[in-house]
Parts: sequence; C-alpha cells; structure tokens
Amino acid sequence: MAEKSGADILVECLLDLGVEVVFGYPGGAVLPIYDALFNHPTIKHVLVRHEQGATHMAEGYARSTGKPGVVLVTSGPGATNAVTGITDALMDSIPMVVITGQVPTQLIGTDAFQEADTVGITRHCTKHNYLVKDPARLAGVIHEAFHIATTGRPGPVVIDIPKNVQIATAPYKRPEPVAHASYHPQTKADAAGIDSAVEMLAAAERPVFYTGGGVINSGPEASTLLREIAALTGAPVTSTLMGLGAYPATGPQWLGMLGMHGTYEANYAMNQADLIICVGARFDDRVTGRLDAFAPGSRKVHIDIDRSSINKIVDVDVAIVADVGSALADMIALWKARGHEAANLSGWWAQIDGWRAKKSLDYAENATDIMPQRAIADLYTACTATGKDIIITTEVGQHQMWAAQHFGFDAPNKWLTSGGLGTMGYGFPAAIGAQMGNPDSLVICVAGDASIQMNIQEMGTASQYRLPVKIFILNNEYMGMVRQWQELTYQSRYSNSYSDSLPDFVKLAEAYGWTGIRIDGPADLESGIRAMIDTPGPVIVDCRVAKLSNCFPMIPSGAAHTEMLLDPSQVKGSMTDEAKALV
Amino acid sequence: MHIQEELNQRHVLSLTVSNEAGILARIAGLFTARGYNIDSLTVADITPDHGVSRITIVTSGPPKVIDQIMAQLDRLVPVHKVTDLTESGPFVERELALVKVAGIGEDRIEALRLADVFRAKVVDTTIESFIFEITGTTDKVDNFVGLMRQIGLVEVGRTGVVGLIRGKDAI
Repeated sequence: MAEKSGADILVECLLDLGVEVVFGYPGGAVLPIYDALFNHPTIKHVLVRHEQGATHMAEGYARSTGKPGVVLVTSGPGATNAVTGITDALMDSIPMVVITGQVPTQLIGTDAFQEADTVGITRHCTKHNYLVKDPARLAGVIHEAFHIATTGRPGPVVIDIPKNVQIATAPYKRPEPVAHASYHPQTKADAAGIDSAVEMLAAAERPVFYTGGGVINSGPEASTLLREIAALTGAPVTSTLMGLGAYPATGPQWLGMLGMHGTYEANYAMNQADLIICVGARFDDRVTGRLDAFAPGSRKVHIDIDRSSINKIVDVDVAIVADVGSALADMIALWKARGHEAANLSGWWAQIDGWRAKKSLDYAENATDIMPQRAIADLYTACTATGKDIIITTEVGQHQMWAAQHFGFDAPNKWLTSGGLGTMGYGFPAAIGAQMGNPDSLVICVAGDASIQMNIQEMGTASQYRLPVKIFILNNEYMGMVRQWQELTYQSRYSNSYSDSLPDFVKLAEAYGWTGIRIDGPADLESGIRAMIDTPGPVIVDCRVAKLSNCFPMIPSGAAHTEMLLDPSQVKGSMTDEAKALV
Repeated sequence: MHIQEELNQRHVLSLTVSNEAGILARIAGLFTARGYNIDSLTVADITPDHGVSRITIVTSGPPKVIDQIMAQLDRLVPVHKVTDLTESGPFVERELALVKVAGIGEDRIEALRLADVFRAKVVDTTIESFIFEITGTTDKVDNFVGLMRQIGLVEVGRTGVVGLIRGKDAI
C-alpha cells in the first residue's frame, strides 16, 4: 500500500469527512499541514488574526450550518489561544474539531520552543482529546474525533499532532466505520418514559414546554416536531437563550424567553405550571433563579441526550435520555395512537394572558436618546422587510439580552450567541463563520462597545475573504451589564465599567476598508439601519444609545421567578451577602 | 456568610476503562473540577492485551451527588462501564497495607500478638522492627494501624480499595 505523510493523511481524512472550510493560523508546528493545504482545490482555509477568532468562527459556522466547525492552529500559544473558544463550544454543545500542532515527539516534555501540554490543558474543556504519536493511527483518530464531536451531545474534540508525526509516513486507506469500544450515546428513548410523558401531558391542566439548545442541536426536524407537539397539545412554549428560533417568536403559543431576563409571562407560567416538559435544556442557574422556589407545584419531564444533565440541578419525575427529535417523534406518535385531543386549557391561557398584559418588555421611549431596545426592534423590522435569510450573532452583555428579547426568531440556526460560557468576543468571529457557511444570508453581529473590542482584529479576516458581515454596536460607553449589576448590588459604584478611550468605530471601519456608519440620535436610526443593510460589503454601525439604560425584566441572583424586577424604580442598590456571592 | 456543607455517604465505584494515555488524569481531573471527593483510587489493567483497566474509586457525597458522579464518569469517552458497588448488592472490598512498626522487648511481642489476631503477615524484620502485610476492609486496616500507632508505628503504605460484587456474574 502506498504510504502518505501524516499531514497528507489528515487532509485526505478532512476530504473524506466532507470538510469544506478550515479556520486557522499557521505556525512552526503545523507547517507540514499548511504545506499539504497549499492551494488546495476544495478545502478552503480562512486565515484568522487570532486563534480565539478561529474557534468562534468554527462555532458560528457549525451553529448556522449544522456541520462541524474545523480549526487548525499551531502548538503552544496557538493552542492556548484556542482554549476559550473550545470551552465555549463545550458549554454550548457545539460540534467542533480542533487540530493543534505539537513539538516533535522526542521534544515533548522538554519545555521546547512553543511547547504546551495541549492535551493536559484541554482535557477538561473538550468532549474528548487525543495526542497522536503514530501516523498509522492518525486516520482512525480523525474519523473517531469527528464522530464524537457530532454525535450524542455535540462538543469540541482536540487532536494534537506532533510535527514529526505530520512528516512521517504510514500506509493509508480510508478507515471503515467501526463500533466504538465504549462511546455509545443513547438516542432512542425508552418506551416507558415516553408513555409517562404523553399521559402526563394529556392530563395536565397547566403544562409548559421549556425548550433549549438541544432542540437546535438535534437538527431542523426537531424544531418542526416541537411545533407539531405544541399545536397538538395547545401548551405554551418558552425557551432558553440557546433555544430561540426552535419555536417561532411569531407563533401563537410563544411566551418569550424565560429566566433572568425572560418575560413576565414565561417565568410566571413556569412558576404556576402543573407540568413542565423540559426539551433539550438543562435547568441552568440563569433559568431557574432560586432553586427552592423554582416551579414549586409542577411535575417535570426532562428530555436530554446527556444523562448527566438529568437530576443535576432540579429533580425530575420522568427522565427521558434520548435525542430530542427522536423523543418528540415518539411522543407525537403515541399521542396520536392513543387518540388524545388537546385538553381545554382556556383557564390556563386566561391566566397567561393576564401576565402578558404586564407587557414586561416595554420600556420608556426617550425623545433625545435612542433606547437600545428600540434600536433592536427597528433592526428586526428592517431585517424582516428585506425578505432575506437573517442570521444574528451577539457578543455578551446587555445588548445580547436586548437582542434576545426584541428580535424575533422564527427558525432554528439563525441565532448564534454564547450562552453557557458567556464569552465576550464571540459574536463577531461567529458572524464571520456563519457568513462563510451561508454566503447569501444577511449576517449581523449585535455587539456592545466593550465586547466588540475583544476580537476586533478579525475585521481584517472579513476584508480578506470579502465577507459582507455587519456589526451593529449598541454603544453606551459602558460595560453595560457590569454597570447594571453595580447599580443593583454596589450602590452604583461603577468600578472599572466605563469604556474609556473608545476608538472612533467609523474611522476604524475605514482603516480596514469597511464602511462605517454612525447613528447619533432617534432621527437617524431607521435610515442608518437601512444604509447598513443596503451597503454591500462589511459595515460597522456605531449606534449611540442611551447610556444608562438597564435590561429588564430581571430576576436578581438568588431570587425566585416571582420576584422579578420590571423597571428601574424597583432597584434597591444593595443586596445581601448571600445574593452577592451568587453569579 | 458561612459556607454550608451537606452530609456525605461512602460509596465504592467500580469502572472499566480503555487503558489509554491520560485516562487517570481525566478521571481524577473530573473529580477536582466538579468538587467531588476521592477517598481512594486504584487502577490496574485487567485484560491479557492490556486494553482495559479497572478503576475502583471510594468517594463520598449526598445521594444526588453520587448519581451525578456516576453520570459524569459514564459520559467520558474511554469509560466502558460504571457500577456503584455500594448500590448494586453485596460486594467484597479489600485493601492491602504494609505497616512498619519499630520496638523492642514487650512491644515487639505485643505487635506480633496483634498481627496474629488480625491475620497480618510479617514480610520483613530486623532486630528492632517488622513490616506487616495486612489485607481487609478499610475499617480493619484502620484498626490495625491504630493499634500499631500505640506500639511504635513508623510508616504505612496502603493500596486503596478494590472491590467486586459477590456471586458468579461480572458487573
């Protein structure tokens, strides 16, 4: 059999696995792989400006296309710079394969130049990782890595390849699929759990579907099935930050997002429900609020592909370990086979309509300043009017929550945000990755003035690959969410949360060959947004918004769903030590 | 404000794992990262091709935490099977200790007498010392070491616990 170098085997495997795009940055320990990729006819390499950018691009690509994101970085600093994005992908269950160069095997452990213990460092921020010391093992490991990254609960997998393994040769043939010795995620639910869930749903008087990112990860079919089971049962639907779009925001049974910055109706419905069907969500602290007051009178069904998510935070009555789409299909089939009809939930809906009447997302308009909520609402209106496929990414902070609250998502894979890790600097590279995977979509990163600066160097990447991404900065000259918490907890002592020495974003845009637009006041808002959408190529919008707006509703740390703050008049400015100690 | 702690129960967990580089770090790291306790951890390969190892972990925590530990271990890619021996029925657990005791005269005789009661073997001796080998449950080893401390304990090496369920079936 003909022998190939490790680098050629890697490229051969990527081709076999259908990889079209690799986000990466070259360096000493990956030079053989870069040479194998030189002028490659089908695998496109996107040269980033910082390895963290590559990981978030891969996440944005993966989240918007459903395919795994692939990253290629060098040893040492290349690998350590990728750690934040790898951890982000782990927390949000994003399929990603990161290939890192390593010093040659004989130098491992000698503190060689650009050596880092990559498998050691990434052991607990990956779903799995490998150090490959033999080119003959490379093909098997790469195929296995993609299998692990994309099946079960998806996540990041790191493959560390020493430089001599990239150069040494081994016989290569395409590996046959083999059953893994120990990795067998359960995707099909046990019948008993499905049976209980369906009967509980048929008998419930106040049911709620609490959905999450698992519905998105399961694939578009799962979102269709969620809509079907919601229609069949007539039950209201709420979602976590990660699950937005699985059930349409324009749908009649939509309650809005739940949790810390969720709507009044979503949180009260959770609090008063007699049955909660948790579909691919994980009872995160941002969702539950104070645990002993969380959904006190409800029975709970939890569908999750990861057994360890079940009963981790909240004890449930029925545990269904399965792929969300498969479990929903089973529930729908059984519901129909048993001849169940939607129960009369009019009393429940009347209660919900009472909570909806609170209009918890309303805010006071302001004649002189742009309210950030208004900016998002207008962006939504303008985007919808284009008729284009819209993908929104965000950074992390107030703007992220306002986007989640005021931009409506009607389809899965259109909303890309860092939910679990809360990584500032995620949104802009994620937008680049999404645009790579969806060249015809209108991709907009909603950003804050602080977080956009965390990976702003990737402007060069967008320019180089002619990617027409738009950055819409809600510029209030603060790390707004930090300032908001200081207002709530520390009597408005704004310790280091003012964005001093901001760059002139319009001039920065011009420096990179982008278009820069400044929106100074309410009169320019609509026209500025339209100009952004109509301008070909990449655009930065510096949208100056009211500086001291806060994000409401808000359930403060350690408070119950029913202790929601709806407007600034309810802010006391101090908290107990117990509440202060919570994140 | 003070940190609250929950009441713990002792559990013996038995895992079979692929015998690959880093597996021990993966498991030990999971315990530290998630704040679980390890009282003891033993590992050795158990198949002729050295492909599979058995790891026995003695841990403690409230029932909900033990359930989480099981689930977290089970989702590690190289882990084949996780069994909670404490929950899965009667089981045998043993650990081995080497116990060095120094002394002369009556102490020396008393050490030998106690070793006989505990069925500990003498595996090394000088005029002034013994090394005893003792196997048994953790409690038995603790008791023996406690008695030797009063006579002239020098040092102890313990293997940590291994365990298997009783009866003819594998776990």
